[in-house]
Amino acid sequence: MTGHDDSDPEDEEHHPAPGVPRLGRDEQEAVYGPDDIVDPPEAGIDPVTRATGPTPDEGTDIAADGGTSASDGGGEPSEVRRASSEPRSDGDLDPANYDAVDVFDTGALDLRDGSDACYKCTSCDTSCPVAEVDDSFPGPKFQGPEQWRLKRKEDADIDPSITDCSNCMRCDSACPSSVPLSQMHNEARGEYVDEQMAKLSREYVRNRILSNYRFFAALASKTPRLANFVTGLSVTQWAGEKLLGITSEREFPDFAEETFREWWRDRGGAQVSDPDKRVAYFHGCYSNYNTPEVGKAMVRVYEAFGYEVMVPPQQCSGTPMFANGMLADARRHAETNVEELVAAIGEGADVIASCTSCSLSLRQEYPELFDLHGIEDVAEHTFEALEYLRIHEDLGGALADAELDGESLAYHAPCHARNQGLARQARETFADVDGVTVEDVGDSCSGISGTYGWKEEKYETSMAIGAEMFEHMADVEGDVGLTECPTCAMQMEHGTGYEVKHPLQVLEAAVVG
Amino acid sequence: MAIASDVLVVGGGLAGATAALAAAREGADVRLVSHKQSTLSQASGLVDALGYVPHTRAEADDDPTATPTAGRTGIRDRPDPDGPLVDPFAAVDRLPEGHPYRLVGTDALRAGLTLFDEVVDGYRGSHTDRNALVPTFGGTVKPTARYPDAVAAGLASDDRPMLVVGFRSLTDFDARQVAARLEATGVPFPVAGVEVAFPAAFRDDAAVTRFARALDRDEAIDGTPARRALAAAVEPHLDAVEGGAARIGFPAFLGDDAASAVRADLADHLGADVFEIPMGPPSLPGLRLEDRLYAALEDAGVRYETGNPVVGRELADGADGRDGASGRVESLLVDRMGTEVPYAAEAVVLATGGLVGKGIHSDREGVREPVLGCHVPHPAERYEWYVDDALGDQPYARFGVDADDRLRPLDADGAVQFPNVRVAGATLGGADVAREKSASGVSLATGLVAGREAAAEVAR
Repeated sequence: MTGHDDSDPEDEEHHPAPGVPRLGRDEQEAVYGPDDIVDPPEAGIDPVTRATGPTPDEGTDIAADGGTSASDGGGEPSEVRRASSEPRSDGDLDPANYDAVDVFDTGALDLRDGSDACYKCTSCDTSCPVAEVDDSFPGPKFQGPEQWRLKRKEDADIDPSITDCSNCMRCDSACPSSVPLSQMHNEARGEYVDEQMAKLSREYVRNRILSNYRFFAALASKTPRLANFVTGLSVTQWAGEKLLGITSEREFPDFAEETFREWWRDRGGAQVSDPDKRVAYFHGCYSNYNTPEVGKAMVRVYEAFGYEVMVPPQQCSGTPMFANGMLADARRHAETNVEELVAAIGEGADVIASCTSCSLSLRQEYPELFDLHGIEDVAEHTFEALEYLRIHEDLGGALADAELDGESLAYHAPCHARNQGLARQARETFADVDGVTVEDVGDSCSGISGTYGWKEEKYETSMAIGAEMFEHMADVEGDVGLTECPTCAMQMEHGTGYEVKHPLQVLEAAVVG
Repeated sequence: MAIASDVLVVGGGLAGATAALAAAREGADVRLVSHKQSTLSQASGLVDALGYVPHTRAEADDDPTATPTAGRTGIRDRPDPDGPLVDPFAAVDRLPEGHPYRLVGTDALRAGLTLFDEVVDGYRGSHTDRNALVPTFGGTVKPTARYPDAVAAGLASDDRPMLVVGFRSLTDFDARQVAARLEATGVPFPVAGVEVAFPAAFRDDAAVTRFARALDRDEAIDGTPARRALAAAVEPHLDAVEGGAARIGFPAFLGDDAASAVRADLADHLGADVFEIPMGPPSLPGLRLEDRLYAALEDAGVRYETGNPVVGRELADGADGRDGASGRVESLLVDRMGTEVPYAAEAVVLATGGLVGKGIHSDREGVREPVLGCHVPHPAERYEWYVDDALGDQPYARFGVDADDRLRPLDADGAVQFPNVRVAGATLGGADVAREKSASGVSLATGLVAGREAAAEVAR
């Protein structure tokens, strides 16, 4: 199959079925290490790098990054679209005939339109979960359009409070003027991390580790039981907090004994073959390493509807990296993902994701922040897994005769599902299914926002934001939670002790049995 | 395609919600789609019907005094000849032809208000046809048909002495100015404004939602529960008003989910009635109204989704119809982050808002309705869209879609452009709702008719 160059020396046999990976559990290990772009002089002594991967000087095969050809071990920051405030010096303006906006060359990423569209209604500030509980946080309006304007002055630094934004992106849906707030925040955060954050600081190292969760998950998955044992030790938590500023309040997620990709390989890949009805599954890190049952549910449901499922090689979607300003890391992963997904789209597939942050990243953040071949194509062809079935299948019909075993579920819509207009779909889908009740636990953000709630200094903010959700969960009938987002699930469990399911698992029970 | 409904409502404001509720009551299967979070969060939460009839003398020409500045208190050279209206229903006949109220009639307005009364609790005013006069944060009194419990103790027709409390950190709300302006409008009670320091623990520009949350939860502020701390800050000023404060007005930040308990506690501590004065955005009374309306949608079985815009339509004859074509609309195209997904429906209600709400779009080329491409009448010459008098009778304020009495959109020739579409709220032309103080009433009246009409279209 073209486009899936993941041949494995240990697995010579050719699998003709589309989307069947031919590698083992670490076939696409993320080596994010050497990053001469972010910080050239210090690249060799980047403590994260030294601890976990080869440096460029060692000349090792860093393109093992997923075993995919797109990976070059690092993106170029110059390729990350950057707004520039440099006045034009080429003198190509005809003074008698130009638009005032032409005076500044704002670069490939011109956010001026968005900045101009802001009329200070403060809807974004009102919807910001961080501002709601943290008096010192200036809010999305300042972080976005106001800071963008300030930056036009060359001596203006990015305000450090940009790192207090959790990248929930609620401000985007709140804004009546379609100001690209989260795009502005991502930009500002990237610039802050690149130019103002000490690369040897504990915070930088910690953020780098958190945002490269996939790398550590891949490592841990090699010996899941050992990893679960080690991460469960109180000494590990103590060390994480003292050395790295990772809160000891949380329990590390368990690693599955069999990753989704292992399961997929062992079952022989797709069981349904249909060139006219294909989907490429972007499983993301979490359902691969931690909750493969979600990925399996997705496969079983889609095969029940007659889809041929492809599972292309893939990296992290980049969501944690955007949230931590690690744009070069995100870009490197995006290169692989876009190349692989474009290939899958070329074979007639649409892309589906079971994690709403992954799908939002592919649909919105990728085209906003990077300029990669085919990136718009990927955005246009990407859907959330349940959303896709609702659009293309008669899900209501399929569920009409379904019967479940008396489940009452407390549903929380993740912020990144809201941004895609999906906040209501789980409730709607199961509204008429016998034996299952889905109750919404309200509008509040869960508060964890991926890596945010893992940071020692953010933990309390995270729990304060989540307090309303915990209360509402306690108010509804069931003791089982329901959400699409793995970290929201983590927070729901952490705050209430409830078991938490993914809608695909409920759908699997209803459709597949 | 899988996403289908009988009636598809576009727009999640008061008009859209009313249309959806009205259609659902007729038994239709209704879906509501809204691009962004509803702009109700920016609304005052007051429900007006008709407060003024802006009237212009036909022979006025360049005489600036010919255009009264309806509803704009403090402008003395051009008083409104009709003043604030006592009875909104009685004045509908005096509105210009083509005004939405003239299309649907006062019965629709009454029915719309009744629907509102039935589904939204915590509102008053239904006992009478007369407008109530509610103080606003600008120090004006707004003629309004329905008002939240939270503002009831502040009505201007009540003659008890009033104290208005402001906070330095809330720069949009100047209590002394509010009091001075209220006095200048001739209210029948003594009124004084004071500014108090509350509470030091908040940052200087804390959002009203931050205060509301603290009061909701009665969070400890420097060791004192928030409600008690607020009362303690106000207590020394109770005699600032002649006769002693019998009622105390706060900017509208007195809690969100627990608003009535917050007011009751404060009243207890202070020994006076406590009320809210609606503020600009973000507006808690607006947010509370939004919550109630969406709960009503939920109860009525209306499916709704927010987050993606409707960007086009498909007509029955297969044309994508982006060229001003007419015909039956078969489906709307929702842009789901780059992908256009068709939503099929038997009937469509367009309630996307006006120029401010972005349901009507204008640029140098012209004025248009971007979702369906409904015709929007406007002068070809851009300089005729406005008049020089900033507070005058601005033509652009009335821009919108023309409709027949069943609220079907009309094309340039006055023929029905899309037979299975109904238009509601600010998307309709002909009303200058800001001057008339009629925005909510227009939304309720036309939303109700549009919803019923759409349901009838399905039955057909």
